[in-house]
Amino acid sequence: MKQISQPVVKKDAAALLSGKPVYTDDLAMKDCLIIKLLRSPHAFAKIKKIDTSKALRIPGIEAIFTYEDVPNTRFTLAGQTYPELSPYDGKILENIVRYVGDEVAIIVGKDEMCCEQAKKLIQVEYEVYEPLLDFTKAIDNKIVVHPEDDYKYLVDIGNEVKRNIVSQGRDEAGDVEKELSLCDVVIERDYHTKANAQAMMETFRSYAYLDAYNRLNIVSSTQIPFHVRRIVANALELPKSKIRVIKPRIGGGFGAKQTACCEIFSAFVTWKLKKPSKIVYTREETFMASNSRHEMKMHVRVGAMKDGTICAIDLHTLSNTGAYGEHGPTTVGLSGHKSLPLYKLNASCFSYEVVYTNTMRAGAYRGYGATQGIFAVESAINELADALKMDPCELRLKNMVEEGDIMPQYYNETANSCTLKDCLLKAMELIDWKNKSLKTDLGDKVRGLGVALAMQGSGIANVDVGSVRIKLEDDGFYTLSIGATDMGTGCDTILAQMAAECLDCEVDQIVVQGVDTDSSPYDTGSYASSTTYVTGMAVVKACEQLKEKIVKEAALLMQTKEEELVFDGKMIRTLDENKAMSLNEFAYLCAAGGKGKMLMADDSHSSMVSPPPFMAGIAEVDVDKLTGEITMHDYVAVVDCGTVINTNLARVQVEGGIAQGIGMALLEDIVYDKNGRMIANSFMQYKLPTRKDVGEIRVDFMPSYEPTGPFGAKSIGEVVINTPSPAIASAVAHASGQYVRTLPITPEKVLGFKHED
Amino acid sequence: MKISLTVNGRKIQEDIQESMLLIDFLRSHGYTSVKRGCETSNCGLCTVLMDDHPILSCSMLAARADGHSIVTLEGAGKEAEAFAEFMAKEGAEQCGFCSPGLIMNVIAMKKELKNPTKEEIKQYLSGNLCRCSGYMSQMRAIEKYLQEESV
Ligand code: FES
Ligand code: FES
Repeated sequence: MKQISQPVVKKDAAALLSGKPVYTDDLAMKDCLIIKLLRSPHAFAKIKKIDTSKALRIPGIEAIFTYEDVPNTRFTLAGQTYPELSPYDGKILENIVRYVGDEVAIIVGKDEMCCEQAKKLIQVEYEVYEPLLDFTKAIDNKIVVHPEDDYKYLVDIGNEVKRNIVSQGRDEAGDVEKELSLCDVVIERDYHTKANAQAMMETFRSYAYLDAYNRLNIVSSTQIPFHVRRIVANALELPKSKIRVIKPRIGGGFGAKQTACCEIFSAFVTWKLKKPSKIVYTREETFMASNSRHEMKMHVRVGAMKDGTICAIDLHTLSNTGAYGEHGPTTVGLSGHKSLPLYKLNASCFSYEVVYTNTMRAGAYRGYGATQGIFAVESAINELADALKMDPCELRLKNMVEEGDIMPQYYNETANSCTLKDCLLKAMELIDWKNKSLKTDLGDKVRGLGVALAMQGSGIANVDVGSVRIKLEDDGFYTLSIGATDMGTGCDTILAQMAAECLDCEVDQIVVQGVDTDSSPYDTGSYASSTTYVTGMAVVKACEQLKEKIVKEAALLMQTKEEELVFDGKMIRTLDENKAMSLNEFAYLCAAGGKGKMLMADDSHSSMVSPPPFMAGIAEVDVDKLTGEITMHDYVAVVDCGTVINTNLARVQVEGGIAQGIGMALLEDIVYDKNGRMIANSFMQYKLPTRKDVGEIRVDFMPSYEPTGPFGAKSIGEVVINTPSPAIASAVAHASGQYVRTLPITPEKVLGFKHED
Repeated sequence: MKISLTVNGRKIQEDIQESMLLIDFLRSHGYTSVKRGCETSNCGLCTVLMDDHPILSCSMLAARADGHSIVTLEGAGKEAEAFAEFMAKEGAEQCGFCSPGLIMNVIAMKKELKNPTKEEIKQYLSGNLCRCSGYMSQMRAIEKYLQEESV
């Protein structure tokens, strides 16, 4: 293969690296009205009165909108395929505010300064309620976060809103209690992962304007342009045909932009005032008033025999969705369905509840629940190894899922491509596992080793769809229209590589376009690790079609039979080589002279399965004996993502995911004060890993071949964030003797100074 | 108030609000490579050069640039291009939002440090956050760039 498994440079590299104006705020017209939001200072309150009269007198203020001015419909901001599994529980503005940061009023003015001034002059009278802040006490609490009658959900998700339960369920395969009762050892532990900020460098932003047809155009930094079209249509009570969404380059998403946090505001303002408007969230707003990872508490029981045979795992997850239910019912599922299948088990059980509280809404963040579940399950497996005095890698090699296995907790799918064992063996080799011990005394510090496995999915089976259109242009190049959204991950380039491979041409010959819901083919968006796998397959199908069309049309023009022709990407010739035509010539003939016709092909793809990528990660960390300080020394990660399409971009995905995982493991923690106000709401308090914090990250691949994927590929974007937390927790435990089960693993917890919860 | 400064070699004179930040001044003049990632001087995205030294344009009033010379990525020319090529070859620009600030700081570092070690590089650039890349590919690009330039 010429274009696949190559380190092809990203198509947008030159623009990005020369600072071209390609992001939302660079493109917004200069005369946009500026939008600022007044946010609630209370975690739970009813707005009794709002007086905007003084604020409206500030020069430059154009309008101020309150709950009385907006449509009354409830909807969800979650970017999911209709019918969404997230409940319709929010409005543009409402007279009840449910967390500190919830929107109270929309201020529109000529510049930021006048909006900020006006904000201070809006007088709001609140009836303050006691908030529900502890998610472990949410179920059947006397405080009900959503008491309203017009609350609704579209799909049965086990919802009991008056008990604060968004969703609940249970999946059992085999008889867990019986299996556990037969085991020699049962490890029973509680693990707790915190809400984390996705913290993409470009905060939420969008602008809107009306076009010549009086349609609402929204330019947004989003992962889900087609879902934004629906969400805005729902919120504004408009037909979708009135709305167009455009996605330029995005400064990172990681799932955050799978929730349409800010688009409804610019859309509403522009629709109302018939003028262009723009909203750019501050970093503080992005922290405290958008969405985060779901905080989860997990109770795990793992049963095994003395020889290290793991027999059964029981996992219960309690998930905090915050004030609104975006992605709540779906993320929780992954905590079990993408952790338990890592092992061959006689029986397993996964049960869960997702609850409302008066904290910021949770949403999608890379890993989407799998990260949390894998922290719990892999930590428990590590604790089991220690209890059995077995090498944690040996224990895994003995029990892990293998190619051909049916995975009962993974919707009974078969692992058709899986090199997990090779991944672990390779990781062991890279770190020199055999010659090291789990704990090495270095004097002031102790070095520890820890390991973890992970999996994820590739797209959402039977739900999501990717479509593409490819056209042959008059100069013999191709334009590839896709609806999938490159958010920096390089999917535009990866999909172009696939097209180039199919059409036997150079990647430069494939022109890729950004997403515009008017002209791009429908795609559910870039999330759930779907682009390479789902949209990639659509590319392959469309290109095959186009090739056939080229040959068919050429047969007409060359007055020969289709079967007589071969197309090698550059030339179309007859088998006997008597007649030949270059693709250029052919393309010109198609475009001109009344002889031919323009050729294009489109296709969509939706998969019946979601083949998991797998990986193994090993962490080597140093713990300071005196201070408990943890330093990352080395991290090796070996990934099975099927065929690697772009060797550079895949590697950087892994490195980036591991670094984020290290942040989750050691640093990142969204904390609230006792009144429900988020304390860590800037990079000052919420520490992202810097280049000094991540140590050395080393990456390798053990490609399997996924029969249902394009060129054998699976996904890679999400699985890579899942191993650091459990691997580092175990490494720290080996070094310090302290098993930290509540993230992040801080020096205080390592030294046992701080009670974990 | 009136200020007069040079941006990428071009003289600009303008009446500005005293409270205007340099980043907003630059962006309003079309130098949109200058990005903002925070309000607390923690991310480094807004790095530009003032009289050849890296500064955070989000933490400086435009007024303080009066009489000085500012260079943004748009005006960084050959040096930026040379380094950008190494970045592209590593796939180190993911979303690319942090790239302009990083590139400016790398250019400044190259002037300031002679044959820096890995640790010195990390130290110098520690204020440049990147959420996408995990920093390894950036380091590969930087090392190759410095090596190339020194031969
Ligand atoms: S914008 Fe973050 S440091 Fe300047
Ligand atoms: S490339 Fe996205 S933040 Fe650095």
